[in-house]
Amino acid sequence: MAARAIWKGEIKVGTTKVPVKLYSAVQDRTVRFHVLDDRAKKRVKQHMVNPDSGEEVPTEEIQKGYEIEPGRYVILTAEDLEKLQPPASRDIEIVEFVPQTKISEQWYDRPYYLGPDGDEKDYFALAEALKNKESEGIAHWVMRNKYYAGALRAVDDYLFLFTLRDANEVILADDLTKPSGAAPTQKELAMAKQLVEMLQGEFNPKEYKDEYRERVMEFIEKKAKGHAPRLKAVKAKRQTAALDNVLAKSIESLRKREKRAA
Amino acid sequence: MPPRASRRRAEPEEENAGGRPFWSGTLTFGLVSVPVSLFPAARTVRTSLRMLGPDGQPLARKYYAEKTGKDLDADEVVRGYEVTKEKFVIVTDEELERLAPEKTRDIDLKQFVPAESIPPIYFERGYFLTPAAGSQKAYKLLAETMDKSGLAGIATFVMRGKEYLVAIFSDKGILRAETMRFADELRSPADIGLPKKKEAPKASVTKFEKLIANKSKKQFTPAKLADKQTDSLLKLVKKKQSKRENVVKVEEEMETDHKVVDLVKILKQSLGGKK
Repeated sequence: MAARAIWKGEIKVGTTKVPVKLYSAVQDRTVRFHVLDDRAKKRVKQHMVNPDSGEEVPTEEIQKGYEIEPGRYVILTAEDLEKLQPPASRDIEIVEFVPQTKISEQWYDRPYYLGPDGDEKDYFALAEALKNKESEGIAHWVMRNKYYAGALRAVDDYLFLFTLRDANEVILADDLTKPSGAAPTQKELAMAKQLVEMLQGEFNPKEYKDEYRERVMEFIEKKAKGHAPRLKAVKAKRQTAALDNVLAKSIESLRKREKRAA
Repeated sequence: MPPRASRRRAEPEEENAGGRPFWSGTLTFGLVSVPVSLFPAARTVRTSLRMLGPDGQPLARKYYAEKTGKDLDADEVVRGYEVTKEKFVIVTDEELERLAPEKTRDIDLKQFVPAESIPPIYFERGYFLTPAAGSQKAYKLLAETMDKSGLAGIATFVMRGKEYLVAIFSDKGILRAETMRFADELRSPADIGLPKKKEAPKASVTKFEKLIANKSKKQFTPAKLADKQTDSLLKLVKKKQSKRENVVKVEEEMETDHKVVDLVKILKQSLGGKK
């Protein structure tokens, strides 16, 4: 069954507009639990309370405040908040293009598919051009009363729009300092390189399955029928030997495995 | 670990209150093990507004029982999976922990792939890894090796009641984990019902290629992602503050669970081997 579009907009590159529909690319499969009242085994409700008196504060009396310093707030009224909303727009404005490898993984947030809305010619032409130029566009748009910044990219013939994290949100390695302490020796580095190369391959996402999710669901089904299996307690961890010894052993065991496979 | 509300994922910063790591465990490659801690690599921007009472006192969100109206503490709630309408199976933290096979409790890097070969659709959230006391050398060994080879390590592991697919990168000598979506969590163009590719006219492709070339920059500038909404909110706050309009001050004692965590400071301490 075809998915429903979340939003409709127009990609604006210079003066050219490409009408598109936006779809979530993610299908969440996390096992969802509810919070229950332990005694009644019923779903709980949530409300806001004054932590001092423990008394409930009804929704209509709740104010929203921005903390300017510990314990001091500027109240923003409903009117203020409404004024802060960006003007509605359908434009996905492309402000610039950058080479595809220039945006680090850290920035990517949520992926959305863009599908053609009407005209398919320009849609596939733009996707092909992005692919040929190995570029992605930096995009700004307004969706549901909120500003977004993101990246426009072609993945296998189709256009994707990613939301990117805010500039203030991401902590970069540049802000941090490398760990201190003893450096590895040349011998250790040579062995580690050999070890990593033996484990090198292509990224094939289909190889990885969320097996734990299946185990949790199986366990829930058994428990629902009244015969939950007994689970073993978690054991404590072991320690390791000297680094160069462990590296040599790792390489040896991988070699053996390769021989067996050959 | 309190049970999580149904529709929400764990918010790293919230769970990180007090500067504790999000997770502590072992990273392994071959038979080498590196005990590490994980800290979020992104902060929740502090423009999230606080809910205040009529007198400006910060409020707390509480669970309560609908029937009795009584507030419930963390030890009075449990996690339940709805098997049929209003019928729940209770699952405890201990059960979730024990359900993880032993081999999945470590981040075991079984494969290394070219770091730039992973499509961005997979990336979900970043964490910095810091070495535990005594494991700095093994940590540096892995970071330096991955740096030189341009490789990222791939693993699946179970953390806090969920299995994660992760890629470990060496980022200027610091290890960073990016959690990734599993292949079955991503839709295909067919799932969505997108039309089959049509050959685009050469002239249209060339037109777009020219537009791209005209607007191309060599580098990505994160400042281009500045959040305009946050900026205008901050401007309004400043304006109101200078006019002393709607400013409330609450007694210090009323400060409750709200503690600002300086992630960069915590990360620096942790990378420097300090507790």
